[in-house]
Amino acid sequence: MSIKGQAAAVRFDGVSKHYGPVVAVNRISFEVQAGDLVTLLGPSGCGKTTTLRLIAGLEMPTSGSVFIGGDDVSRLPASARDVSMVFQSYALFPHMTVFENVSYGLSVSGVAKAETRDRAEEGLKLVGLSGYGERLPSELSGGQQQRVAVARALVLEPTVLLFDEPLSNLDAKLRRRVREEIRELQQSLGLTTVYVTHDQEEALAVSDRIIVMRNAEIAQEGVPNELYEAPRDTFVADFIGDANVIDAELVQRDGDYATVRVGGHVDLRLPHRDLPAGPVRIAVRPEAIGLEASEEEAGLTGTVTQSTYVGNHVEYTLDTGLGEMFVADYQYDALIPAGSRVQIAFRDRGVTLLENQT
Amino acid sequence: MNRPAALWLAVGWGGFALLPWYGVEDGLWSFAWLFDYPAGADAAPALLQVLLFGRWWLAPMVLPLAAPLVVLWRRRSDPLFSTVLLTAGSFGTVCFLVQGFAIGLGGWEYATLEAFFGPLADRQFGMGYGALLVSASFLFLFAQGIAARGAINGDGFVVGSIALVMALVAAFIFFPVVRILASAFQDNDYNFVPYLFVEKLFSRDIWGVGCLTANVNCGVAWNSLFMAIVVGVSTTVLGLAFALLATRTGFRAKRLLRLLSVLPIITPPFVIGLAIILLFGASGTVTQAIEAITGTTPGRYIYGLPGIWLAQTLAFTPIAFLVLIGVVEGVSPSMEEASQTLRASNWRTFTTVSLPLMRPGLANAFLVGFIESLADFGNPLVLGGNFDVLSTSIFFAIVGAQNDQGRAAVLAIILLAFTLTAFWAQHRWLGHKSYATVTGKGDAGLHVALPRRVTWLVYGSALPWAGLTAVIYFMIMFGGFVELWGRDHSLTLRHYIDAFSITTGAGGLVWSGAAWNSFWTTIYISLVSAPLTAAVGLLTAWLLIRQKFAGQEAFEFGTMLSFAIPGTVIGVGYILAFNVPPIELTGTGIILVICFIFRNMPVGVRAGIAAMTQIDKSLDEASLTLGASSFATVRKVVLPLLRPAVIAALVFSFVRAMTAISAVIFLVSANYDMATSYIIGRVENGDYGLSIAYSSVLIVVMVVVILLIQLVVGQRRIGRRDEAVNVAFGAGGAVG
Repeated sequence: MSIKGQAAAVRFDGVSKHYGPVVAVNRISFEVQAGDLVTLLGPSGCGKTTTLRLIAGLEMPTSGSVFIGGDDVSRLPASARDVSMVFQSYALFPHMTVFENVSYGLSVSGVAKAETRDRAEEGLKLVGLSGYGERLPSELSGGQQQRVAVARALVLEPTVLLFDEPLSNLDAKLRRRVREEIRELQQSLGLTTVYVTHDQEEALAVSDRIIVMRNAEIAQEGVPNELYEAPRDTFVADFIGDANVIDAELVQRDGDYATVRVGGHVDLRLPHRDLPAGPVRIAVRPEAIGLEASEEEAGLTGTVTQSTYVGNHVEYTLDTGLGEMFVADYQYDALIPAGSRVQIAFRDRGVTLLENQT
Repeated sequence: MNRPAALWLAVGWGGFALLPWYGVEDGLWSFAWLFDYPAGADAAPALLQVLLFGRWWLAPMVLPLAAPLVVLWRRRSDPLFSTVLLTAGSFGTVCFLVQGFAIGLGGWEYATLEAFFGPLADRQFGMGYGALLVSASFLFLFAQGIAARGAINGDGFVVGSIALVMALVAAFIFFPVVRILASAFQDNDYNFVPYLFVEKLFSRDIWGVGCLTANVNCGVAWNSLFMAIVVGVSTTVLGLAFALLATRTGFRAKRLLRLLSVLPIITPPFVIGLAIILLFGASGTVTQAIEAITGTTPGRYIYGLPGIWLAQTLAFTPIAFLVLIGVVEGVSPSMEEASQTLRASNWRTFTTVSLPLMRPGLANAFLVGFIESLADFGNPLVLGGNFDVLSTSIFFAIVGAQNDQGRAAVLAIILLAFTLTAFWAQHRWLGHKSYATVTGKGDAGLHVALPRRVTWLVYGSALPWAGLTAVIYFMIMFGGFVELWGRDHSLTLRHYIDAFSITTGAGGLVWSGAAWNSFWTTIYISLVSAPLTAAVGLLTAWLLIRQKFAGQEAFEFGTMLSFAIPGTVIGVGYILAFNVPPIELTGTGIILVICFIFRNMPVGVRAGIAAMTQIDKSLDEASLTLGASSFATVRKVVLPLLRPAVIAALVFSFVRAMTAISAVIFLVSANYDMATSYIIGRVENGDYGLSIAYSSVLIVVMVVVILLIQLVVGQRRIGRRDEAVNVAFGAGGAVG
């Protein structure tokens, strides 16, 4: 007996969810490939949890359709969907033992007693909690409770596994480990997983793909490095990592690239992203800016207004002709003191044209 | 195949083709009807009623029972499935209701129908089990149809529960009230006579103000209103005094005060009236003392306004205390401390900060006392004398020599208008505003000491009153052991023997005491209705807290409404509504059970709401995503966690069923007499010894049953093995 994944794809087709006048999810469409871990990322109130609950069947779409494994499940209640969910609060039943919690889904589905027992034990083993079956949830630590919640969801061999901010109740040190465990389990079982978080680092670390949401809509969707390196707009650039958004001008296009002029002096070669010639905006990661203390007034220059030592790097705030800039220098030799004049250079990676100019 | 739909369809066919359509005498389980089954006109199922007896009006119901068969094997998401179910359910319900209300004991119920269809030779009786199953089938097929459309997350159980509660509330709360309204416009022969309504509504014995100028009685409406206001004020003042005594003074016996708050729950209210008669009645202890001292004979001074006021204030002060103790404790000490640091004296702090913060609570306590006084029936009946109030007038309009249903209905409408206005005011002013000053932040301050004069006032009013209460309960407990109170004070067990003797006769034990019959009926009816009340109440609470659906506020109002309807009004409504087909229930035990369920349902709802708001909703959702149906979720997750609320609901509904009198007195019959109405009957015959003995037994039984229920339903399991946790962690068990 072992627990297998039975991955199925999830597809949203123009799904909306309204609560009276409030629009929680507005006509979103996306697809999660079978076996992928996809993260719904966004600030609170962006509709990511509602989207998750729409997959689970805890909410019914106001319009549009939800497909799981090719079947339209829009009108199916949660109990009739082959989907399991790990809740933010874990939602372990406090009146049942760990074992009873893990076997709950099996016993209510009418699985034979012996099989229920075997599979529940298998599930506990999978999360490293064999021998904890007779305890009550209140007798476990937060991390252990979380694993019980995962085991409880896994033993049903769901076609889709859902996580609602699973790490938010754990302390910072534990988070990294649990997140790696979740990813490992997901990959070894080949589970289709949808994962909600507001922590961009967590999202980048665990996901095959990330869907960034804002105001009930999808802001951008892509693989982690694509989102980080080629954010479509200011919101995504700012939400995933930090970004300096700078006005520039697209001078001309050739092939896939465009020449972009910054501050009237510096020309950059960037993927053109189908933008026409004219004023554009670029996003520059703090670590993509190189500084050199120099009084020379050539190229881009600025004044350091604040310089902060934070251990593995140094952070600067600059006052430049293009506005304020935030710089993170990981390769510093010596601290540049506040008040110094600096010359600014952009590195190749970490600079991108913003597709959406609003 | 869609199993829930198939199940309900099977139920419907069973009701239509197998079980007797009309009510069978002696109940279904007597099986006497089997002699007449299936081809007898009384016991035949609907199908044979149509085929053999020409009761063609039952025939249309075949259609909605047949149509769903066609779509049973279709997918739930198929639009045709839900459309057919919705149509069948609604059409079936309409057919069911129309035939039930159009044709009664005398053929056509309405002259217009008779004029249109011609006279009907046939007639029909009250509906029976067949009809019950068919109507349930239509209701739940309709609910399945709605669920299939995706309403309420497509959950058939939830939609079905909502439909069920709505249908029950409509049938057993709204329908009787509507019947009262209707019969206010009818004479005793059910003719529509609107001027009679106007005449009765403005009758002088209801609204007369003669007592202001001459020595005649005022109208009953004024009497009731005046009494309610006076009782509301006095219970609020005394309740506040007790609340302050319990929380803001160094009073030693605070636990006794808590006990005081439990007493009214287990005391039938009229028992207080009974004890007052023993004290202040014509041969009461106090009366005789006055006689001995002054030499004059005071007579029946207690009967009327003073007696009712005293009894009601004694009975309802503990309720005001319960309301106000929360309010007094809720006033944040830091507000009072802030006032003091601003150099206000104790007196100024109390009058300008503490009291104003309590104002909403005081208003609430007043309204509770007001409503209770209006609804009280037992005390005015026992102590009223010539002082008529609405609740007793309603009773005498029905059972007295007048037997004037229209007058009873008009009085009931007036009483209902009063209580609903108070209920509405309470809801409106206090329901949504939160004056609570408990913020959830740690509030470590100390309450400011009461000003000295307030302290004296509190002691001066609360302690004598507590003393009086103690004397009253002493009378209740020991009055039954005295031969004839006021005349012959020799100790005796005679009353207990009269009531509860058991002798050995030819057939073994004989329950020969006079009270056994009503005693066992009361226990039986209360035990049957308590779990049903708790079930309906908790289900309703679950629907209100855990589900979101259109019309939820109206749903909530409807379910809480029966709290505001005085028992006498419900009693009259039940008599008017359930004495004739389509639902004939008077004279049965069922009507008592139903009455208790819907009178006491709000208690279960409140207990459930209070408990459920403390249980995280994600537990329900986790169960759902793990594949449990919402029914299984309720059974395995919600109910076990609600155990304290279940106990509370069971205890309250049991106790309230045992102590109820106002609605019950209309509904009891020779076969089903209840303890309270039996006692009232004895009181009216002047048999105080037996009455008080019986009352004290009731109180003791209730205490025992409450303890038993707590023992059986037991404690929650969550906090188990606290030591084991320590051991596990102490031993360095793998953490994280």
